[in-house]
Formats: sequence, structure tokens, C-alpha cells
Amino acid sequence: MGYALNFNLIWRHFDKLWGGLLLSLELAVISIAIGIVIGLVLAVWYVSAGRVVRTIIAAYVEFIRNVPLILLVYLVFYGLPTVVDLAYSAPTSFILTLSVYSGAYLVEVFRSGLEAVPRGQLDAGKAIGLTPWQRLIHVRLPTMLRITLPALSNTFISLFKDTSIASVISVPELTYGAQWINFNTFRIVEVYLVTTAMYLLTGYALLFGLRLVERRFRAAR
Amino acid sequence: MLTQIAYALPFLAQGFALTLWVSLLVVVLSLIAGVLLGVGLVYGPVPLRWAVRIFSDTIRGIPILVLMFFVYYGVPAIGLHLPSFWAAVLALTLFKTAQVIEYLRGAVGSIPKGQSEAAMAIGLTFRQRLAYVIFPQAFRRFLPPWINGVTDAVKGSALVSLLGITDLMQAINQVIGRTYEAMPLYILGALIYFAVNYALSLASRRLERRFSFIRE
Repeated sequence: MGYALNFNLIWRHFDKLWGGLLLSLELAVISIAIGIVIGLVLAVWYVSAGRVVRTIIAAYVEFIRNVPLILLVYLVFYGLPTVVDLAYSAPTSFILTLSVYSGAYLVEVFRSGLEAVPRGQLDAGKAIGLTPWQRLIHVRLPTMLRITLPALSNTFISLFKDTSIASVISVPELTYGAQWINFNTFRIVEVYLVTTAMYLLTGYALLFGLRLVERRFRAAR
Repeated sequence: MLTQIAYALPFLAQGFALTLWVSLLVVVLSLIAGVLLGVGLVYGPVPLRWAVRIFSDTIRGIPILVLMFFVYYGVPAIGLHLPSFWAAVLALTLFKTAQVIEYLRGAVGSIPKGQSEAAMAIGLTFRQRLAYVIFPQAFRRFLPPWINGVTDAVKGSALVSLLGITDLMQAINQVIGRTYEAMPLYILGALIYFAVNYALSLASRRLERRFSFIRE
């Protein structure tokens, strides 16, 4: 058990962790932005579509939710370029994967949100003469977004943690930085202690910040 | 292409068996640890509650991959010998335990206070109250999310491939390394994981519906 903690080497290479953390956040932000678009479009489509479309959207959601993320990351990065004529960098590949991944979770979030919009609001929209499109844009979506905000923040925080999987295709995010320091300095316990602290602090700071936003926009009950 | 994949099937089956074995170990060990710690969280003395709360919030706040590397590289670094298989199982179990703690807290917390008070009033001891009053009712709340959470253990087990353990994920990567048939094999792998996890989520949903008659 003779392990003496020595953080000097960690601080010397701290830019790997700090740069990694920023990249992790960037990956999460871009992915959830695309994921929100996918989720919104498919959820709105789902609630008004017939059986075939519903089955296809449900199949997408169920497939993504029941397959390990690491396999999807490999599939998009190593598998997809062998069958389609596309070339992309590892970060792009990961963003693509995480967007499609988060899209599947967000379809569910938005779908249940749309169903939770009180019937009376839609009737009221109809009564003042809004077209179906106007009812969607001005009544249904704003209320739905307020209802789904907590679930949206939770999804974002879990996506932030999921960005660690990007390290398996050598995207230099936080976990990759930690592994680099692990292999190059062998200050193993120290680097993972610091990395754990960084994930925790960022995660809880995000949670706290997003809860404030939620309070500001809370749906009227 | 198909012959190459057919040739690799027994190897993939071995990997799949290991995936199931890791998942089973993690599920059973985390169930025991999670229920014990969860009872500690709900009924324990304040220091124990705090310890369990900090444990659970820390574990759930970091990526499972970081936890895995921490255990795998960190445990030997402090001078303990731990084979990679058990390091992986330990890390996944810690992660899953935190989930089980929260399921248990949620389930027990949903039982009205009057139930405990009534049990106390008829003179049941703490253990009897748990065994005859609280747990039988909380069980129905605990089971559906827990079964659904088993899919997390199966999906999480794919990360052990990064520690050089030949589970289904690693077996697929090795076969691809030999055959260069990346896409068919990843899709095959995805379908296998999907089949297992989808069956579990269906079971969870069915149970939830079956137990949904229970009201406060």
C-alpha cells in the first residue's frame, strides 16, 4: 500500500485535462443541439403520423436505446465508411453518433411532453382562430418545452458524461487526456482523482445552472 | 463474407457468453450491495446516510469509463493484486450499486408513512416491519425500474472490452481485425445486444402495467 500521492506531474500536464474538458462540453453541446432538432421533428411527426411512420420512429428509438453506445461509436467510425463513400474525422464521427443517440432519447422526452400539453390550451388556440400550424408553434411547442425542460437538462448532463466514450476513437476529450497522463506519467491515482473531481464539479455546476433556468421558465401548473 | 462470419460464430458465441456472465455477476452483486446500502440510506444513522449519499452521488456523477479505468489501473497502483476480469466486474458493480440504491430509496419512499406507523403500533420489530410490511409493498415499485436497469448492466458490460477482456464487443472487434467485414459484424453485434435488452425492457414494461393498479 506504499503509494505516495504526488500531483506535480498532473499540474504540469493539466492543459490535457482542461482542454479535454472543454472539448467534452463542446461535443455534448453540439450533439444535444442536433439531437434536439432530430427529437423535435420526429416527436411532432410521431404524434400526427399513421402507423407505418410511428413504427419506424419507434424502431429507431428502441434500437438506439438497447445497444451499447460504444458499439454505435465503433459502427459509425469504423463500419459506416466501408459501405458509404464518406470521410470524416473522429470528432465529427462522434458528434454524428452522439446526435443520433441523443435524438432517440429526446424523441421520447418530447413525445411525452407533447402529450402532456393540456387539451384546453389547444382548444383555446382553436377558439381564437389559430391555424393548426400556429397552434403548434405558438401554443403546443412552448408549453411542451417548459414541461420537458427538466428532462432536457438531465439528458444534457448524461450526454456530457457519455462524451468519455469518445476516447475509444482517440478524440482528445477529458477521459482521453486522463489516459494520456496515466500512460505517460504513471501518476494513476492522482490523475483519476483530478479527473473525477473535474467531471463531478462540471456536472453539478451544469445541474445547478440548468435548475436555475428551469425555475425561470417553469410551466404554470 | 457470410462464410467468414459463419466461421466466426462460435468465437462470437463465447464472447456473448462472457458478456452474459459479466452482466449476471454485476446484477447479482449490485442487487445485494445496493439493497443493503439503500436500507442504510433510508433507515440508517446520519453518518451512514451521508456516506451512502456521497457514494451514490459521486458514482452517478462520473462517466462509467472513468470509474472503470480508475479501478483497473488504480487498484494495482496502490499495491493490490486484482485480475482484470474482477477489476471490470468491481467497477461495473460499483456503478450499478449506486443505481440500485436510488431505485430502493424511491420504492421504499413511495410507501405511505402510515404503513410503518401501523406496523410499529402492533409491536413489530424493525426487521419484521421491513420483511412483512415495507418490502412486500416496495417490491412492486422496485421491480420494473430495476429490470429496466439490467439493460444498463448489459450495455455497460461492453466497456470491459477496453480492458482486454474478450466479451461480445471485443470478440466482434477481433473478428473484424481478421476479416475486415466491419459493417456486417457491427450490425450483427448490435442485433444481439438489442435482442437481449429489448426483451428486458418489454418485461419491465409488462410488469409495470401489471403493478400499476397499486395506488397510495
